[in-house]
Amino acid sequence: MEKIPILKMGRFLLVTIQVDMHDRLAMTLQEDLTDRIVKDNARGVLIDISSLEIVDSFIGRILGSIASMSRMLDAETVVVGMQPAVAITMVELGLSLAGVRTALNVEKAMEILHSLAPAGEEATIHDTQT
Amino acid sequence: MSTKSNLAELVKRHESDILKDWVKEQLAAVSMRADLMSETELRDQSGEFLKSFQKALQTGELASIAAPAWENTRIILEGISISRARQGFTPSETATFIFSLKQPLFTLLRKEYEKDPKVLAAELWTITLLLDKLGLYTTECFLKVREEIIKRQQDELLELSTPVVKLWDQILALPLIGTLDSARTQVVMESLLQEIVRTSSMVAIIDITGVPAVDTMVAQHLIKTVAAARLMGADCIISGVRPQIAQTMVHLGVSFTDIATKATLADAIRLAFAKTGFSVVRREKTA
Repeated sequence: MEKIPILKMGRFLLVTIQVDMHDRLAMTLQEDLTDRIVKDNARGVLIDISSLEIVDSFIGRILGSIASMSRMLDAETVVVGMQPAVAITMVELGLSLAGVRTALNVEKAMEILHSLAPAGEEATIHDTQT
Repeated sequence: MSTKSNLAELVKRHESDILKDWVKEQLAAVSMRADLMSETELRDQSGEFLKSFQKALQTGELASIAAPAWENTRIILEGISISRARQGFTPSETATFIFSLKQPLFTLLRKEYEKDPKVLAAELWTITLLLDKLGLYTTECFLKVREEIIKRQQDELLELSTPVVKLWDQILALPLIGTLDSARTQVVMESLLQEIVRTSSMVAIIDITGVPAVDTMVAQHLIKTVAAARLMGADCIISGVRPQIAQTMVHLGVSFTDIATKATLADAIRLAFAKTGFSVVRREKTA
C-alpha cells in the first residue's frame, strides 16, 4: 500500500507530500503521523506541500485536523510552500487553516520550529536527587 | 432564372470597366481616406472583391449571402473589414466600400436595359438587395473586430493596473488604484501570490489609498487575499485606510480582526521592517 514517508530530523518530523493526495492516503498519513509524534517524542511537524497542486475540501480539513492533533500531542505544525492556486482554492472553500502555522519554504519553517521549541528545553529539569 | 444569369454574364463581360468606375468612384468620394490607405491598396482590394463577387454571381445563388457559393466573397470582405477596423476607419466608411459599387453597376444596367424598364427594375432590385446584405455584413465584421480590440485592451488594462512592487528584501507592496471588482481582485490575488512565491517574501503590504470606495464585496475580497497569503506563509498588512473607509467598514459590520491595518503606507513599512527584523537608522552628519 502507498504511504507517505515521515522523516525524523532531530526533534522534528518532516513530511513531504509529492504525490496526489487521495482520501485514503490522507487518513493513513494522519494515523502514521500521530503515532510517530508519540513514538519519537517530536516537538514539531513540518509538512511540505509545495508539489501538491490539487487540494479538495477533505484534504484541507485533514491538514487542519493533523495540526490540531499534533498540538494536543505538544508538537507544532508548520505547513510549507502552498501553491498560489491551492491557497486561493482553500480560501474559496472557506478553509483558512486557523491555528496552523505556514511558511514559504523549508528554511523559514525550520526557523519557526526552532523558535517555538528551543533546543535544550528538556534539559531544564534537573535531577536534584544526586 | 434567365435574368439572373444575364446579370452574372453582364458583370463578367464588363468586369474591368466596373472596376475602373468603382475605384474612381471611391477615390472621388468624401469618405476616401488617403491618409489611411493608398490608391494601389484600394485598387487591389476592389479588384479582389469584384472577382469573387462575379464568380459568386455565376452560381446564380442570389437569395442569400450565407450560401456556400458566397463563402470566398465573405472571407475577402471579412479580411477587408478587419484591416479597416485596425486602420481606424469608421463603420460607415467601411460599409461605403460596398455601397459605392452600386453606382457603376446601376449605370451599366441602365445602359444595357434602356429599352426594357421592367427587366431593369427587377435587376436593380436584385442587385440592391445583394449589395445591402454584403454592406451589412462588412459592418457586422467591423464591429466584431472592434469589440475584440476593446476586449483585448480591457485585459491589458487589467494587467497593467495591478503592479506588485518589491519594497525591500522580503517585503512586497501592492498599490491598488481604482474600483475593485471580482474579476480584478482575482487578478490582483493571483499576481500577488505568485510574486510572494517568486521573491519568497514574508510581508506583503496592500495599499488601498487609491481605492475610492470599499463595500462589503471589496472587503470580502481583501480578506480572502490576506487569508490566501497567510496560507502560503506570508503576512499581509493593509494600509491607506482613509477615515471614511474605516467608518463605512464598521457601519457595514465588516471587521478586519487578525489583519494588521495601518492608516498610511509609511506606518505599514515600519511594521514590515519590524516583522522582518530590519531597522532604519538616520546617519549622523559628518563634518
